[in-house]
Amino acid sequence: MATPSIEDVIGQSQHHGWLARVTSRQTFWIFLAAIIACVLLSLVTDTFATERNLFNVTRNFAFVGIIALGMTTVIASGGIDLSVGSSVVLSAIVVGTTMAAGFPIYVAVPLAIGAALCVGLLNGVLIAYAQMPPFVVTLGTLAVARSLAMVLSGNKMIYEFGPDHDLLLGLGGGSMVGIANPVYFLMILAVLTGLSYRWTRWGQHVFAVGGNETAAGMTGIRVARVKVSVYMFSAFTAGVTGVLEVGWLGGVTTNLGQSMELTVIAAAVIGGATLAGGSGTALGAVVGAALIEVIRNSLILLGISTFWQGTFVGSFIIIAVAIERMRSLRQNA
Amino acid sequence: MPILELRGISKHFGAIQALKEVSFTVEPGEVVGLMGDNGAGKSTLVKIIAGNFRPSAGKILIAGAEMAFDSPLAARGEGVEVVYQDLALCDNLTAAANVFLGREITRKIAGIPIVDHRAMMIRAAELFAELKSETRPRDLVHDMSGGQRQAVAIARTRLAESKIVLMDEPTAAISVRQVAEVLDLIMRLRDHGIAVILISHRMPDVFSVADRVVVMRRGQLVANKPSASSSPEEVTGLITGAIEAA
Repeated sequence: MATPSIEDVIGQSQHHGWLARVTSRQTFWIFLAAIIACVLLSLVTDTFATERNLFNVTRNFAFVGIIALGMTTVIASGGIDLSVGSSVVLSAIVVGTTMAAGFPIYVAVPLAIGAALCVGLLNGVLIAYAQMPPFVVTLGTLAVARSLAMVLSGNKMIYEFGPDHDLLLGLGGGSMVGIANPVYFLMILAVLTGLSYRWTRWGQHVFAVGGNETAAGMTGIRVARVKVSVYMFSAFTAGVTGVLEVGWLGGVTTNLGQSMELTVIAAAVIGGATLAGGSGTALGAVVGAALIEVIRNSLILLGISTFWQGTFVGSFIIIAVAIERMRSLRQNA
Repeated sequence: MPILELRGISKHFGAIQALKEVSFTVEPGEVVGLMGDNGAGKSTLVKIIAGNFRPSAGKILIAGAEMAFDSPLAARGEGVEVVYQDLALCDNLTAAANVFLGREITRKIAGIPIVDHRAMMIRAAELFAELKSETRPRDLVHDMSGGQRQAVAIARTRLAESKIVLMDEPTAAISVRQVAEVLDLIMRLRDHGIAVILISHRMPDVFSVADRVVVMRRGQLVANKPSASSSPEEVTGLITGAIEAA
């Protein structure tokens, strides 16, 4: 037997050719679906492909997309975070009340993100060290964080943000070269998240914990720390979104981010994160969020009642999981 | 000098005596088959050597130096590696990533440590070549045969300067062809001067690779002899108690 050179061995892979590799990815098909939906909408309606509408669509999906990055990370580690919608409103109310009280934006924003991070820390510690199920813990903090936001604001709308009022509104509501500011935040965070997954030990460990937690622990990976970090990252993305959303809306009530966790989980799952853990990509999270927003937008443009939105988003989660299920059944056959 | 020496190791959990004064030695490059029925104390003994448990009494010496491991990491630091029965692999990662799990190679770019996938692929390929395994570093463990999974788990022990490799039932759940592959891997380790303790129920596997057989019954050592001067029949008798000791 001729001994193959090391370079030969490395070059070998079970997927042959880039086309086979690309088409085996769920992200590719979702991306294709989003493109087809966009093309169809441009042909059927004369309102979709307008600058104004595209601006709105990209900005709207940026909010979901940013949190979907955090959610994908949590799901990749084998967990779930139901508290993100409440972390959004907590962050938004904290930034609102502190700025309304006259504090500058550079004090208010770190406080707001800090508040969200506290929720993430609590989630992480209870899940990783007290070993409580993620579903239950984050369901609890979902209720707690929104209630704290109500207590903090007296459940009143805040729309006057003190001396830095215009800065806050510009941050979330403004745009640069025709693209809404939140989209830039999404792009930067998506690139950083994608790079971290692939090129940092942290990223490797997140996926190892999601793949086989016991095995990861036996090789010396500090599983508990990894878990705390993913819930904090998820809370961070929710905190950033909270600040941006206040700026965009120009005011904040405690309804903000209500049932947002569903849309975000849908985006992550549609983007290829399997709820069993161990898989998911940053690009997938962004594309998943984009597809949901395009569908939502199309319902409005086609004159279909927005009451149907939940039906679509919910069905999407189920269909994405069903596809994943069928694929794993076929592989094990 | 023996690489591993156990002197009068005892372990009790409350009132239950799991191990009673177990003593034996293992030389570098020696394959020892550790045998016994379920509950004979094999797993407890392995967990003590691997640093999961501390013995209630007795001493562990590695290359002549007395050790008191308080964790599996401490044991690994002294060259004791374990290949677990369920192999402790992450199915969703590549062979190379699994080999380096928890010990990833990094290089700094602008002060930030970056995982060096290329270096890990190359090193993993070298290890697989050394083990004469056809495992490819880039493949996902998910798609691998039982024999290839063993190769990944064994390659992991070769990363560090391991002196003793403990293998817990490596041939229990794989096909006949793959068993031969795994036994080959064990012989490669031996050829590198590594001591292997093979815990197994499968008599033919033990007799085909082990230099020596150690038999345990009810927490006690009942035989410790070269496999050439024993037989599967004798060992079966020792395990069941039909033969008192040898």
